[in-house]
Amino acid sequence: MSESGMTDGSVKLSVSDISKSFGGVQAVRGVSIEVPKGVIFSIIGPNGAGKTSLLNMISGFYHPDEGSIRFENTDITETTPANRAAMGIARTFQNIALFRGLTVLENLMLGRHVHMKSGVVSSMLYWGRAQREEVEHRARVEEIIDFLKLSDLRKQPTGALAYGLQKRVELGRALAVDPTLLLLDEPMAGMNQEEKEDMVRYVLDVNDEFGTTIVLIEHDMGVVMDISDHVVVLDQGAKIAEGTPDHVRADPGVIEAYLGTGNH
Amino acid sequence: MFHRESGYYKTTYAADMELFPLPITKAAIVVICVLFFGLFPALMTDYYISVINLCAIAVVGALGLNILVGYTGQISVGHAAFMSVGAYTAANLATRWDLPFWITLPAGGFMAMGVGLIVGLPSLRVKGLYLAIATLAAQFIIEWVINHTPAISGGVQASIEVPRPSLAGWDMDTQTEMYYFLMFFTALAVIGTLNLARSRIGRAFIAIRDQDIAAEIIGINVYRYKLLAFGLSSFYAGVAGVMYTYYLGIANYEMFQLPISIDYLAMIIIGGLGSVLGTIFGAVFITLLPVVVRVFMETVGVYFVEGVYLAQVIAQMRLILFGGLIILFLVVEPEGLNKLWQNIRNYFRVWPFSH
Repeated sequence: MSESGMTDGSVKLSVSDISKSFGGVQAVRGVSIEVPKGVIFSIIGPNGAGKTSLLNMISGFYHPDEGSIRFENTDITETTPANRAAMGIARTFQNIALFRGLTVLENLMLGRHVHMKSGVVSSMLYWGRAQREEVEHRARVEEIIDFLKLSDLRKQPTGALAYGLQKRVELGRALAVDPTLLLLDEPMAGMNQEEKEDMVRYVLDVNDEFGTTIVLIEHDMGVVMDISDHVVVLDQGAKIAEGTPDHVRADPGVIEAYLGTGNH
Repeated sequence: MFHRESGYYKTTYAADMELFPLPITKAAIVVICVLFFGLFPALMTDYYISVINLCAIAVVGALGLNILVGYTGQISVGHAAFMSVGAYTAANLATRWDLPFWITLPAGGFMAMGVGLIVGLPSLRVKGLYLAIATLAAQFIIEWVINHTPAISGGVQASIEVPRPSLAGWDMDTQTEMYYFLMFFTALAVIGTLNLARSRIGRAFIAIRDQDIAAEIIGINVYRYKLLAFGLSSFYAGVAGVMYTYYLGIANYEMFQLPISIDYLAMIIIGGLGSVLGTIFGAVFITLLPVVVRVFMETVGVYFVEGVYLAQVIAQMRLILFGGLIILFLVVEPEGLNKLWQNIRNYFRVWPFSH
C-alpha cells in the first residue's frame, strides 16, 4: 500500500458517467470513478464486465458514447491517445503489444518519444540536437533498465523473449514515458507464481518510488486485495461496488456477481 | 566480416550508440571509401563504371521505397511515378531557366515529396492491399498526366533533353565524372537513412509497422508519421529520378512505368525489408541481373542459341530469372540477401568454434 506520502488528496483522474456500446452490446454503462493521486486503484469484475473497455476509453483508444474524462482537472475526452501520452498517461496491454522487431532498448527509447523533439533533418545528420537527445534519453532509459533488472537483455530483440520478460519490458516501455498515471491491463495474466511476485514488487515499487498513480485490472484476487488502496467492481458494464479491499470483499453484490447465488 | 566484439568496452552512451562502434567496422568503411572513390573509378573501364552508376541510382530509389515499405510497413506500387515527378521537375527547371543541378535536384525531390504526401493520404484510412491499389492508381494517373500535358512533358514523345550537370564551370560529361556526381548523392542517401533508422523518427516508423495501436498509445502521432514516411520516400524517389535524368541526359516517362515500380519492390524484397545494407544488396542485384544474363548468353549461350535469336532469348531469360528469383527468395529466405549476409557473418563471428 502506498503510505509514502505521495497521496495528497487531490484527484488524478475522474471519469464521469461514461458509456460505450458496440452494436447491440452495452460494454460500459454510466460508470463513474474517481482516482486519487498516488494510489493503487484496481478495477475487477468477471469476464466481459467492461474493464478493458473502460481502460481503453481512459487511454483514448475508444471514444465514449456519453460522459467525460478529466485528467488533473483537464477534460481529455476529446484528446488523442498520443496527446494523452504526452500529458503523462501510459499503459500496458492485456495481449502484449511490444514492437517485436526492435530490441528492449529501442522499445524503451520509444517510450521516450513524447519527450524528444528532434526533426527529420537533424535525425538524418545525427548531429547536434538529435545526437544529444539520444544520449540524454538513453540515460533515463538505462535507469529504468536497472530498475526492472533488464540489463543483460537490453540489446535482445523483444520478439524472442520469454512471456514474463515481455510483460516486464512492456511495463518498462510504459515507465519510459515518465507517466504520472499508469494503466496496467492484467500485468500478471499467464504468469507463474515467481513471475507474479516479481511483477507485484515492481508495481509496488513504481508506486512507491516514482509516486505514480496506478490503475490496475487484474484477475488474481489475492494480488488485488493485497496491494490495492481502492477497488472498483464492474459487472455487465456497470459499477456494482467500490471501496477498500475489505469492504468490497464483504459486499453481497460482489459475492453474487462472482459466485452466483445459491438458487440456480 | 570477422567481427571480434569482445574486448571493446564502451564507457559513454554516445560511444555505445555510434553508427559503427567497432574499430574493424570503421576500418572496413575506410576501405570501402578508398575502393569506391579512389580505385574503382581509376581502374575500371567506362562500361563497368556505367553499370555502377546505374546501381547507385537504384540504391537511392530503393532506399526511399524501403523507408516506406520496409520500415513503416506501408505499401506503394507507384514508386517509379514519384521518380518521374522528380525527373520532369528537374528537366523543366534545367531547360527553361538554366538552373544548375544543386537547385534542380532538391527541387525534384521536394516536388515528388509534395505529390507523395497527397498520394499518401489514403494510408491514413486504408492498409495493405487497398493501399496498394490506391498507389497503383497514382502510378497511372501521374503517368497519364505527364504524358498528356505538353507543358510538363515537353510535347513530342514526352521527353526533354537536359544538359549535363556542371559545377563551377566544370561539366560532368564522362562516365567517370558522372560516377562521382551520382556516388556523392548515393553516399548522402545511405548515411542519411542509416542515421534516420537509429533515431527517434526511424524508431517511430518501425513502431507503426510492428504495432500501430501501441505506437499511438505510446505517444506517436501515427497519421503524421505515416505521411512523413510517404513524403520522405517520395523525396528519395524524386532525387533518384533527377539523378537518372542527368545520367541519361533525357527525361522520359517510359523509364518510369509500372514495371519499374515492381523492380523497386523486388529490390527491397530480395535485399531485405527494413535494412539499409539489404537495400544496397537488392538494388545492385536487380540492376546487375540483366547485365549478367547478357554477358553469360554472349559467352556461353552462343553455343546453344543461333545468333539471330540471341537478343530475344536474353530478354526472355531476364524476365524468367526475375520471377523465379523472387519466388525463390520468398520461399527460402524471406528476409532477403541481408539475412544471408548476417548468417555468414554470425558463422564467422565465433569461428573456428561453433558457439
